[in-house]
Formats: sequence, C-alpha cells, structure tokens
Amino acid sequence: MQAKHGSLFLARNHFQRLIDVLVGEGYRCIGPTIKEGAIVYDLLDDVAQLPRGVRDHQSPGVYSLQVDADPRWFSWANGPQALKPELFSPRTVMWRVVRDETGLVFQPVQPKQESTAVIGVRACDLAALKLQDRHFLEGSYSDPHYQARREALFLVAVNCTSPAETCFCASTGDGPRATSGYDLVLSEVEEGFLIEAGSARAEQILAALPTAPVTPAQEAVAAETIEQAARSQTRVLDVDGIRKDIQTVLNDSIRDDSIWEDVSEHCLSCGNCTSVCPTCFCFSESDDGGLQLDESEHIRQWDSCFTQGHSYIHGLTVRSDTKQRYRQWIVHKLDTWHDQYGSSGCVGCGRCISWCPVGIDITAVAKKITAGKLS
Amino acid sequence: MMDPQLPCEAEVVERIQESSSLVTLRLRLTDEQARNAYRFMPGQFNMLYLFGVGEVPITMTSDPDDTATLDHTIRSVGRVTNKLVQLQVGERLGFRGPYGRGWPLSEIAGQDVVFVTGGLGCAPVVGAINYIAARRQSYGKLNIMQGVKHVNDFIWKERYDQWRALPDTQVLLAADVGTPVWPWHVGMVTELYDELDYDAENTTVMMCGPEGMMQAVTKHMVKNNIDESDVWLSMERNMQCAVGLCGHCQYGPHFVCRQGPIFNCRELKPFFAIRGF
Repeated sequence: MQAKHGSLFLARNHFQRLIDVLVGEGYRCIGPTIKEGAIVYDLLDDVAQLPRGVRDHQSPGVYSLQVDADPRWFSWANGPQALKPELFSPRTVMWRVVRDETGLVFQPVQPKQESTAVIGVRACDLAALKLQDRHFLEGSYSDPHYQARREALFLVAVNCTSPAETCFCASTGDGPRATSGYDLVLSEVEEGFLIEAGSARAEQILAALPTAPVTPAQEAVAAETIEQAARSQTRVLDVDGIRKDIQTVLNDSIRDDSIWEDVSEHCLSCGNCTSVCPTCFCFSESDDGGLQLDESEHIRQWDSCFTQGHSYIHGLTVRSDTKQRYRQWIVHKLDTWHDQYGSSGCVGCGRCISWCPVGIDITAVAKKITAGKLS
Repeated sequence: MMDPQLPCEAEVVERIQESSSLVTLRLRLTDEQARNAYRFMPGQFNMLYLFGVGEVPITMTSDPDDTATLDHTIRSVGRVTNKLVQLQVGERLGFRGPYGRGWPLSEIAGQDVVFVTGGLGCAPVVGAINYIAARRQSYGKLNIMQGVKHVNDFIWKERYDQWRALPDTQVLLAADVGTPVWPWHVGMVTELYDELDYDAENTTVMMCGPEGMMQAVTKHMVKNNIDESDVWLSMERNMQCAVGLCGHCQYGPHFVCRQGPIFNCRELKPFFAIRGF
C-alpha cells in the first residue's frame, strides 16, 4: 500500500502526540521499553519509557544494552520478542467443559479482541507476521483466536537504522526497510521522524498529528541511514541456496548423516531458539481441571520441536536425540517452509543466534551444510 | 460456522473388549443435528476427549454409510487411552472430527486390492477392508496380508474368517512367533508375497504398520511392477490440534493431520527413507 502524500515530518517533541492520538482512538499502545536488561514490548503511554540512546550489543549467545549520547530512541535492533506474543499468545484457553448429571457441555472461549497499536515494529517482524498470517489464517482453516487479535492490530513500523551484529535481514530480503504490511512507517533522524501512512485508517491518525513537510536533506539522511544499516550487516543467509543444499544433504544422509551430528554438536535442545523465533508456530494442547471435579479448561501453549514430547506417539519418540531435533528445526525453517508457505521460514532477525545459550549461529550452520554436502 | 477445535458430546452405546488392551467403543453423537450432519471416509480420524485428561486421534472402523453410531477401536497405550478403554456404556466423552484425508476407496473401484498390515490391530486398514467387504462386487481380487509378532497379538479372528469367506478373496496371516495350534504361516508376513494374486496393471496397495515394514513392502511391490502411485499408506505422528496448526504432526512438508494420515507413497519422498522425521 503506497501512501497518497508521501512522508511528513514529526518533530521529536511531538512524538507523544502519536501515542496520545492512538490512545484517543481506543488503542492500547504497546512499544519498546527496557525491562531486565532487554528491549521488551510493553504498555507504552509516555515517550519517556522509550529506550533513549540505547544500543543493543548482540553476538552468538550474547545480548546486552548500553546507553550512549545518541539522541535517538530506536537506535537498537530488536529484543527477544516483538509481535508474536501479541497475536499468537503464549497461553490461550481454547474452551471449557462442564460435567453435570446429564453429560458434558463444551463452551467455546470467546477470542480476546482488544484494539492494540504496536509502536516500533521492525521490518523483520512484519515479514514474520506475514508468515504467521499464512499459517494461522490463510490455510484451510482460520484460527479464531489469532484472527481476533490480528484484526485488532494497528502497526507502527520504525525502519531499522542500527542492526545488531547478529542481524542478516538484508540477505534474506526482509529488511531493514519496512516496505509493506504496516499502518504507519517511521524513519528516525536526529531531530525527529519521517512518517508515512500505509493504510486508510492511518491517514486519519496522521492528519491528527502536528506534522511539517519533509526537507530534502531529511529525506536524504533517512534514506542513507537505512542503506547504511543494510551495508553494515556482516552475516548472510542465501535462502534459495541453502534450501537446495539442505535437500542435497538430506539425500546424502540416507547414507551418512554425520553432518547433522556436526552442526548439532553443541545444541542443548533447550528450545530458546524456537521461543524467540518470530515465525515458529508450534503449540501443545493440555487440559487443566484445577481442583474442580466438574469443570476443565483446554489450553494451548507454545511448544518447541526441541522437546521430547513434540514427536511422541504411543510410547515412542520419533526424534529421540538432539541431532534429529536440530535437523527438524533447520529442515523445517530453511527447506520445507518453502513448500508450506511459499518462502523461507527465516526472516534474518538473528534472535536465535543471540538467545542461544551456547551461541549456535544459524548462518554458520548454513555455511557448514553448504560446505559439507557430499555431492 | 462451528469451531473445528471445539468438541461436541458423544455417548458410549456399546463397549467391545477385543483383547486385553484393545477395546472398541461404539459412539453416538448426542446432538441430533451433529449426528445427522456427520460424514466420513475410512482412514479419516476423530479427536476423542476424556474429561479433564486430554484428546487422542482415533480412526473409525465402521461403515461410512451408517453414521448413527461410529466404531472407534482403541489400544490402551498412554495417559488418555488407558482411561478411554475403561469407559462404560452410557458414559460421555468429547468428540470432534472427522479430520484428514482417508483412503481413495471410491477412486479405485474395479481394481484388485492388496492390504498389507503389520503389528497390532491396524484399525486404519480395517475400516478400509470393511468398506470393500461391504461392496465386494465393486472391486477386483482382494488380498489381505497381516503379520504379527506373536500369535497372541492376533485379534479379530472371526473378522478374518468372514473376509476369507468372501468371493475372490484371500487372507494371508503370519506370526513371527508361532504356537503348535497356529494354523497359518510362522515367519515374516513378507515371506508370503508369492501367494498374492493380483493384476499388477490394475492394483492398489494399502498399508498400515511400522514405517520400516511399509518401506520394505513398497520396495517389493514396485519391483513387482506395481506403480508407486498405486501404493497408499497410513502415517502416524503426534497430533494435538488436528487442523494443521500445532505443528507436531509435520512430516517433511506435510501436516499428517491435514494432508494425511493416508498418503500416496510418492508424496512421502524423500523423507520416507530417512529415520527421525
């Protein structure tokens, strides 16, 4: 969606107005705040909560924040989570059942629908959102819980100016510039923000803000900063190349699967990577009767293909060792995702690299696979 | 639209103890409208819910033309099934379905059919055999091969006797471990290949059992001029949502609960040959 008027300028001291207008329109505002040493998306009603002058230092197994003199509020890459928990809730009650003398009565739990505006969405998160939409909404069946949350969502993207060392969205084609799927998109410059609408409802919000025309100099600085952000990325994932190489390696692994042993050698099977991955969608279902004997809730919660239970069937675990679980994650994310959703399941956010306790780097693993194919 | 993730209530109208660990529950949907609207094909499955405990995927063995009651044969192997098999007539449980793709039974009318099963019960194939047995004149020669580890694992003797009595039908049974009174083959069921009677040009093979067995049978059949596209098999993976969302049943690019559980063997390439997918 292209905006009609192009960019406008919103001075830094007017940014609070954006939050206020959104709240005035009935949105619950969510945005980046600092919590326990990380960028965490939380309720946002005051610009003072934004991470001013904060930079995130990320490398394999490492995430830390540092404050410097940078006047900007979005000069960081990402935190462990962004949009996923807002839409695909970590824990959802699906239905309740009541048992009485006559039998069982099943009651659907109405999906939660609360208008929510998320400020500070990254291009990689928008790319991941599109993949989650395909999974939860665009198959043969639409999930009502995801759908309700999705329809209630207003997205304020902020183009990424400060990728972390772990980022590789430029190589996957998912960033650092947000190109679609947002309501508003912002580019941060020193004195404020270039702001542009991407949807009709966003035009209204934009009209209520004290904006000014953008100067050519601001336009140039904003564009150059994003281009520089792309150039600064050192990690690379060739999403089409790695797919072919995985297929070759899989064919070869009928004879020899030592490559998977090699790439998964340090994996603890902890599931951190799947928790922080913005595209991972697995969930488990369970029942909680509490202490009541006549009522029970059916719940779904995030699950991970790294757990033993994930592949359990009647007394047997299909993927009994870490090597097989690591292979499942890689093959799904980088190969069979294409079959299922028409593109790679990796958007280059680099979270799985930073949040892996032993620092496994998916781009390094991809290189090993490419180098290690037998034929 | 009804939420396909929400169960409705079913009642046990009959309970048949098939063996020490295997029970058939004949279920009736208590809501008349749901009962009348229910349609399925053999090979599809339902999610059965035990109050406060959880859900399990179970296939049906009864005939799709009679949905007044639905037969579910359940082996007690886990937390949910151990209790499900103890349900008595009149007790209630949760029910949602049917899910997935069944056997291509109407598409293969007129053809010779070879069923190969290994292991215990093999309910997904029993539903298909019952379907063909009830419409015997619509199909060609019928071969039923069943292998079990131990004679004691063999159940449904009467059912096999009935099938054997059908026209143009042979039943080949084998047990790895026999007893003096076991009248059938002792050894691998695959040692009975030579007794199969079919026209390779016009035959469908349907299988259920351990993946290694199904791979071996596929190899043999293809070597004996059966086209791969005529080989179908029933896959099993962990299933929790049954609507292709929870991710557990993924097998390569497939969601077994949605694209399966019945697959054409060509669809499973190249993952079928690799352990641990």
